[in-house]
Amino acid sequence: MRKCLVTCFAIFLLLFVALSLSAQTSKADSDRIAKLEQQVADAKGSADNSWMLTSSGLVLMMTGPGLALFYGGLVRKKNVLATMMQSFAMMALITVLWALFGYSLSFGAGNGFVGDFHHLFLNGVGSQPDPDYSPTIPQQTFMVYQLMFAIITPALITGAFAERMKFSAMVIFMVLWSVVVYDPMAHMVWGKGGLLNAALGGRFPTLDFAGGTVVHVTSGVSALVCAIYLGRRLGYPREAMLPHSVVLSFVGACLLWVGWFGFNAGSALAAGSLATSAFVATHFAAAAAVVGWAGAEWVRNGKPSALGAISGAVAGLVAITPAAGFVNPMAALFIGLAAGVFCYLMVAKVKARLGYDDSLDAFGVHGAGGTLGALLTGVFASSAVNPIFKDAQRNVLASGLIEGNTHQLLNQFVGVAIAWALAGVGTLIILKIVDATVGLRVSEEHEIQGLDLSQHGEEGYYWEVST
Amino acid sequence: MTKIEAVIQTSKLEAVKMALHEIGVEGMTVFEARGHGRQKGHTEVYRGREYTVDLIPKIKLELVVADDLTEKVVQAITSAARTGKIGDGKIFLSRIDQAIRIRNDERGERAL
Repeated sequence: MRKCLVTCFAIFLLLFVALSLSAQTSKADSDRIAKLEQQVADAKGSADNSWMLTSSGLVLMMTGPGLALFYGGLVRKKNVLATMMQSFAMMALITVLWALFGYSLSFGAGNGFVGDFHHLFLNGVGSQPDPDYSPTIPQQTFMVYQLMFAIITPALITGAFAERMKFSAMVIFMVLWSVVVYDPMAHMVWGKGGLLNAALGGRFPTLDFAGGTVVHVTSGVSALVCAIYLGRRLGYPREAMLPHSVVLSFVGACLLWVGWFGFNAGSALAAGSLATSAFVATHFAAAAAVVGWAGAEWVRNGKPSALGAISGAVAGLVAITPAAGFVNPMAALFIGLAAGVFCYLMVAKVKARLGYDDSLDAFGVHGAGGTLGALLTGVFASSAVNPIFKDAQRNVLASGLIEGNTHQLLNQFVGVAIAWALAGVGTLIILKIVDATVGLRVSEEHEIQGLDLSQHGEEGYYWEVST
Repeated sequence: MTKIEAVIQTSKLEAVKMALHEIGVEGMTVFEARGHGRQKGHTEVYRGREYTVDLIPKIKLELVVADDLTEKVVQAITSAARTGKIGDGKIFLSRIDQAIRIRNDERGERAL
């Protein structure tokens, strides 16, 4: 009996020692695992952040020098600096607005239509991620990335009123436009609680990966309203107004193409496979659109032009913007090809027939291409590329029309219609305000003299006798 | 003295210059010019809009020579610049009253 007790005690002692030892090791293990998990998360955060900062730089490069060169080459020599300056001015003006209240109005929680003042003066926008938008990168990175979109969007409009708008009027117009049109539209599509937000449960979930509606439809439609409201340039269409340097435009368009990888692949907001998918779709659409536009020219005029080829690339990039990140490469090829031909017809046929002077075809390329791309996104969106819609049990649902989501095309229509309405009405009201205060157009004398001299007191190409 | 103004195809400038050097012409002034005679221009198409470009790039040569050299110069230019197609250009001759070398005030043919 005694022996039995001793044995039992010994076994108990052993068990106790073993258990306490194992408890210690499991605590050490879980500490190590937690540490490892943290390191993995940090590594992913660093990888995502480096791509997003790179993308931010790429998107800024699209405005300056990309768009500045693209538009600058298309105007006459006497307006080259003024045109480039209009894009460059956005890099300064919109940045200041974004820091003060623009980011907050776009991405603050707010209501279905516009953000709030929670992030006024970038309050609370620091190194911590906002998990609703981008869980792996600092919110400050997200903020500066989105800023680059807010810069290029109004810069796109300047193509419509090139060669005839006062610089002062343009500044006031753009400040108001950014607040009245861009910030609400960005909020509706991408902001928390936005009416059209597909990722955060909007009422009409509109698929817009990188800004087909937010950037291109709004800027393109506003461009059309500007072109009609300001009227034609003196002498249009009687006088020849040839691009003074398609060479500059060529360089600009190539920079736009490269920058667009930041625009679209960056919109994955991470450096993973979705970014790759968007990158590939972007490139394929641009290439197919060059074939579409230049091919259409070749058939109609007997020659494919350099200006046609680069315009086609931009049209394709515009159209794939909402779709990149939702469609596979074959759909991207189709969207690009369609955009190349469609935008060519808009610019070469429809504009001439209707008679408005959209000087550099901001509407014909961005308005038309953006609308086409946004609608085709509803057709081609694939849940295999991006499982954006899920039911309550986290099962993946169909994305686009081809997959059987007939509703999506309707939602895309709603998104496009709201963008058209907001841009059209907003722009008209702002134009009336600016017209009544400082006046929109330069004087006839100044228009003939050129905006470089009359608005900025300098010349792009100064002819000097060599000494 | 005779002033010879010749409007020629841009691609013929080198040939004309060489022909003139061969016959001993020492100086000339060359302008890049635009113009047209009977030659029609061409059309350019930018984003579907067609423009007629009727002022075509040309080279205009100007030189003043002694009267006895005039015919040789005209011969040299016509034979060097001729392609036989419309657009080869024209030569205009006019009398010059006086020539002055700025460096030393020489006058007349000596200043050429």
